[in-house]
Amino acid sequence: MLLARVVGTVVATRKDPRLVSNKLLLARPVDPKGKLEGNYLVAIDTVDAGVGETVLIVSGSSARMAAGMKDTPVDAAIVGIIDAVDVAE
Amino acid sequence: MQMARVIGDVVATRKDPNYDSIPLLLVQPIGADGKDVGRPLVAVDSVGAGVGETVFFVRGKEASFPWHPTEVPADAGIVGIVDHYDVP
Repeated sequence: MLLARVVGTVVATRKDPRLVSNKLLLARPVDPKGKLEGNYLVAIDTVDAGVGETVLIVSGSSARMAAGMKDTPVDAAIVGIIDAVDVAE
Repeated sequence: MQMARVIGDVVATRKDPNYDSIPLLLVQPIGADGKDVGRPLVAVDSVGAGVGETVFFVRGKEASFPWHPTEVPADAGIVGIVDHYDVP
């Protein structure tokens, strides 16, 4: 899973019917110290995350195992809001 | 599977209900020489690994299989702790 910062929201009126009433957020991966890096991605939010929060994103087919995402066409889902990252080194 | 070193813990109070009581660890993939390869990532832990240990982890949906039939939304999971390895 990836650590990422939520940087914005995404609105889409025309979309797959199975995505209706799901919240889409724009997120950018961060390193363990919180520095933004890499490419932006659109993720389905399952935990009521908001802009500015650090979140846990699960990618690939595992994203469909997030709560309520069964048979939904998603490959990135926000499944946790990060309180702290303790890096030992 | 890929070898990695556990470099930290991740704490999340608000998370998917199926993550309940499953540890989330920060792992840094390593090569045969023990040096870092690529970016660190977050993995679920099914074997009780700790910070500083060398482990191997599986990527993809298989990461959730240790908890089957519970559908843990994980794409990386630690499935073994490495005692030692030899590269002749």
